[in-house]
Amino acid sequence: MKTLSILVVDDEPGIRSGIKRILAGHRVSFPFMDDDYIFDCREAASGEEAMAMLEESPPEILLLDNKLPGMDGMEVLEIIRQRKMDIMVAMITSYASLEIAAKATGDGAWDFIPKPFTPAELKASIDLITKQYFLKKIRRTMKEEGKKIRYQFLSVLSHELKSPINALEGYLQMIKDRELGESLQEYDAVLDRSLQRVDGMRTLIMDLLDFTKIRLERKDERIEHVNLSERAQMALSTIKPLAIQRNISLRYTGEETYYNADPLDLDIMLNNLLSNAVKYSHEGGSVEVSIHQVDQGLEIRVEDSGIGMSEEEISQLFKEFVRIKNSRTKGIDGSGLGLSIVSKIAELYGGHIHVKSMPEKGSEFSVILPVS
Amino acid sequence: MCLENIEEMNEKLKKTILLADDDPDVIFQVKHHLERWGYEVVAVESREEAERYLEGACPDLAILDLMMEEEDSGFILSYRIKKCRPEVPVIISTAVAAERGITFDINSPGSISWIKADHYLEKGFRMEQLRMLVNLYLD
Repeated sequence: MKTLSILVVDDEPGIRSGIKRILAGHRVSFPFMDDDYIFDCREAASGEEAMAMLEESPPEILLLDNKLPGMDGMEVLEIIRQRKMDIMVAMITSYASLEIAAKATGDGAWDFIPKPFTPAELKASIDLITKQYFLKKIRRTMKEEGKKIRYQFLSVLSHELKSPINALEGYLQMIKDRELGESLQEYDAVLDRSLQRVDGMRTLIMDLLDFTKIRLERKDERIEHVNLSERAQMALSTIKPLAIQRNISLRYTGEETYYNADPLDLDIMLNNLLSNAVKYSHEGGSVEVSIHQVDQGLEIRVEDSGIGMSEEEISQLFKEFVRIKNSRTKGIDGSGLGLSIVSKIAELYGGHIHVKSMPEKGSEFSVILPVS
Repeated sequence: MCLENIEEMNEKLKKTILLADDDPDVIFQVKHHLERWGYEVVAVESREEAERYLEGACPDLAILDLMMEEEDSGFILSYRIKKCRPEVPVIISTAVAAERGITFDINSPGSISWIKADHYLEKGFRMEQLRMLVNLYLD
């Protein structure tokens, strides 16, 4: 149970004590809120008195009469607005004057309560304000979390970029200092590794570009009637050199299927899923792509006979920059962005991705896209 | 004493450094330099491997990457080493701290109470820096 403090500003003592009495036992409870709210009322008889109390200890909610001796309600509201004070205000208008109510809500008041009001009407207003208060709090937390996620993303990114740069710098320094002797041949391994790290950095940057493309509101989106089977075959031929190198057989099954999408999105998804399947397969393994109509729409499935994953590893899989690290994945490079890219694109089309996997048996990734 | 015997004796006197890092390039480079400075290096690429080594042996110094299988593999390893051999110096290396806004600052009294390591080395370090540090603990 949480207590919200209310400041009642009215020059009529009867109204102040009435409000206090009505709200004394009132409790607001909505199914979506973790806590019930109760209220603690304080009173002020004038605008000036209210201002002093607002400065000393601001309440969460202010019930503000407009017609006050001296400074009136609208003036108090104006000061609250200017000072950006974080208070939910409801105006009490002494006669149901729509003009003042309209002006007040335009100036930042959340609600207005026309006088005279019944206890039920007052409670209904308080319920509404409490709901708004709760939502405001949620919005604020969401904003802060958004910031945190962005910050985390950037910090992990700079970490991922720094490691290859450190490695390259170390190798260049070794070459400069002739650490391995005068013969150029001695440096073959070092140069190979350096090139690999450059390659890794390039992949990371390319993935990152894909990723920001998804994250930003896209303006250059071009939806086409795409031949999905054709795209899948193209993606297969892109990965073929790596598959041949690792003696992995590639297969495509499925009927000719069309889908309305940005072809680039489909390419990114297919390429990522396929390169994962080949990378995480044992030498001599097999990878199969199939595209089928299913109840919910369309399924793009990529199966491999690779190293597979445990339940726990699967739960980590779609987080940005997460790469499953264990003895089986040793020596496999990647940016850690591929699968979060695939799942973000699938979501963009109202679809989703799911995984079935068994350690040492293989994995099956399915992207389900609803038919638009 | 013949020359061969002296060399053999020197081999035996060589101090052993456990180097744990999941980046094979760090292993390659750091191992190369440590060996050139006359140390015996046991290089491993995971916490698991390091723990297997520690079951039967004890290094004179450990240089541990913070993030391997877990985000805090280095701390776990360091804790294991210190628990049975508190005198073995441990250097934890990582590139994480600066970007994440975490400053471990092992050298401050507050951190020393919970980070069981002797020194914290930010990755991207120069080899001379490492050499000074290794000398400090081993010579």
